[in-house]
Amino acid sequence: MSILIDASTTFIVQGITGREAVNLTRECLDYGEGAKVVGGVTPGRLGREVHGVPVFDTVAQAVAHHGAPIYGSVVTVPPAFTKDAVFEAIENGIKLIVIVTERIPRRDVAEMVELATLRGARIIGPNCLGVIVPDVVKMGGIGGPARNAAQAYTPGPIGVISRSGGMTTEMSSTLSAAGLGQSTAVSIGGDAIIGSSYAELMPQFEADEQTRGIVIYTEPGGRMEAELARWVTDNNSRLPIVAFMAGRFMDEMPGMSFGHAGTIVEGIQDTATEKIARLAQAGIAVAERIEDIPEMIRTKIAERAGATEGSPA
Amino acid sequence: MRFFEYEAREVVKRAGIPVTDYGFTTDPAEAREIAQRIGGPTVIKSQVLTGGRMKAGGVKFADTPEQAEEYARDILALEIGGHMPRGVLVDPKAEVAQEYYAGVVWDGTRKQPVMIFSPVGGIDIEQVAEEQPDKVGRRHFSNILPLSDFQAKEVIASTGVTGSALNKLVPIVTRLAKLFVENDMTLVEINPLGLLPDGSFVALDAHMDIENEARGRHKKLLTDLGVGDEETRQAREATPFELAGERVDATDHRGVAGNVTEFDGNLGLVIGAGGGSLTLFDAVRAHGGKPANYCEIGGNPSVAKACGLAKLVLQKPGVDKIAVMMSIVSNTRVDIVARGVIKACIELGMDPAEKIAIFRIPGAWEEEGFKILEKYGVDYADRSVSLNEAARRAVEKIEPHPPVAA
Amino acid sequence: MRADGIFIAVEVSDEAASDAALAAKLAEACPVDIFAQAGSGTLELVERNLDECVLCGLCLTAAPDATVKIIKLYDGEATLAPA
Repeated sequence: MSILIDASTTFIVQGITGREAVNLTRECLDYGEGAKVVGGVTPGRLGREVHGVPVFDTVAQAVAHHGAPIYGSVVTVPPAFTKDAVFEAIENGIKLIVIVTERIPRRDVAEMVELATLRGARIIGPNCLGVIVPDVVKMGGIGGPARNAAQAYTPGPIGVISRSGGMTTEMSSTLSAAGLGQSTAVSIGGDAIIGSSYAELMPQFEADEQTRGIVIYTEPGGRMEAELARWVTDNNSRLPIVAFMAGRFMDEMPGMSFGHAGTIVEGIQDTATEKIARLAQAGIAVAERIEDIPEMIRTKIAERAGATEGSPA
Repeated sequence: MRFFEYEAREVVKRAGIPVTDYGFTTDPAEAREIAQRIGGPTVIKSQVLTGGRMKAGGVKFADTPEQAEEYARDILALEIGGHMPRGVLVDPKAEVAQEYYAGVVWDGTRKQPVMIFSPVGGIDIEQVAEEQPDKVGRRHFSNILPLSDFQAKEVIASTGVTGSALNKLVPIVTRLAKLFVENDMTLVEINPLGLLPDGSFVALDAHMDIENEARGRHKKLLTDLGVGDEETRQAREATPFELAGERVDATDHRGVAGNVTEFDGNLGLVIGAGGGSLTLFDAVRAHGGKPANYCEIGGNPSVAKACGLAKLVLQKPGVDKIAVMMSIVSNTRVDIVARGVIKACIELGMDPAEKIAIFRIPGAWEEEGFKILEKYGVDYADRSVSLNEAARRAVEKIEPHPPVAA
Repeated sequence: MRADGIFIAVEVSDEAASDAALAAKLAEACPVDIFAQAGSGTLELVERNLDECVLCGLCLTAAPDATVKIIKLYDGEATLAPA
């Protein structure tokens, strides 16, 4: 199984006629079993097609044309228009929204997330590459063209969650090379406020039978790791986690921001050193090098299996 | 982006929160005039963005206008934490009965803004939270439901404040929260918020950060405050090398070859993307390497842009070789970056095989890219070589700095 | 006519190069502006853009019968196959 999406997931692409969106649509249609991209939206472009996908002026038109609720949307419109596009998706019954757009102010993101929560919808991103279920389906630019994505991602027991889109692929490729495939890999986005944090995706992975371990990529900035550490402790999670922390050098350079917008350190708790300590307290191993991850997670999974078998029935 | 105190006070004032009758100036003589107008003891405060003003001698109390002028002259010439002041603020020395704290910040976990209030002000709120947790009130508020006075009332009352103080504080905290939201701030603080002997409240100092991504929609405010588009107010000023990097990134609209930060090492880095760069920079340092710079390539830049970035790094004084490394690419193309960095070497009369310590970018169009690298004899690696291992190989090829001749 | 960059060379048959209609088509097709029209309407190769070629093959589709060749100088002068 997988989390968030599967081969039957229908979705639209908002901003489908943009250069990047055209590529992304092609990639999703080509990958795995082929995504069910049932429409695209670009205001003023009703009647066009992008790789055979019909283009509409509004989400409502796309839903009417489809004749049934549409589950997801990939939003690739410019930052100034993103909030409206996401509101439009939510108010038209979309349940899963992947926001690719970068440089959206926090206030807009917070408004989108709150409306989504109110309506029972989920947001992934912004500033992310989306979700991939190896060999089955991908929603977003994650992994790139189908051929490249197939090279890096393989099906298997590991759930991958990453604040960096590129590193989602790098880590999955390393896991694949070591014979550890992925159940689902999620690029959650690099901003200070995002729709789905590590902890908010954990219940889904926890409920997914295929998933036996979690690998995360993280950076300085924000409190998301503390939230994950708390979740793992409070819920007595069955899933072992290995984390990789990039940007350790930033601890020596307070006030400077590198990489993603979310790496700006706004308090001592946001530093790499603090986060590593917090994760370790919750039993989450922090890898020094990416190539160490496969062995670490394999060992942890084996330990858990041994403990379960050994415990009295 | 952080505001200076005199700017933050102006924003507070515009929001309808009472402030003192202060004045801002860059001229000692004008400081005297302001003190004269105020007509009593004044406080002269250095306008710098670093903390520790008081300790550094950047805040002085003047009894007379003459003294105000003298202190203003001293403070205007005083460097604090590597920064010269933007000017001085001349503030009436207020009779304060009690100091309070009011602030609003984002809670990234709850994804909502949170009002913070304390009847213990004038010191760091984190210290109060630690020592007297019952004296710090917090209350989240909705991003989409209307903001209303009762929310401020609840947070103030939760700290034990009642009576007329409560009723006078409610509009101040509500306005502060409104200001936070409407101006896309990431932090607003009034500390101290002074209770005057007549029972009224006045903001005695203010801190404010506006979100960089939202600056575009607050052009009027920024213009009114005299903040130019070019003012980034990073922790340190951009170096000429970093400004040259910005120019390279601006040469065309295709992709990114930017976010260049200068370091003083001998290994030039042409690296990407966001997460890959962070990982690689750590890896180079872990192997004892000394990076000459940080940078990020992404979004499939043109050959010209990759070439411009590589040239900039290759020409940086002290750079021995460059390492060209990225996490697996799916949008940026391996062959385009390969062309860019090789072209940079050739156009500078350098041998790519000698100058490029390693090229480790696997992914989209790698077959074409690897052909190019082979033709020029550049040492390259595919995805079977980890980011860490690539960094190690690059560091190994760098000569240690020759000892300085006596 | 032929123009060489460091990595990419473009060769156009003389007949095709003097065809103003084809020149316009090539200028329109190329995403990195390697082809342009001279004042007289005939084809001009923009030297500084040669190495920007993304090997998309749109010029090969626009021009009939192999009148345009994209040559990879880094690959033994291999020519790009039409899409």
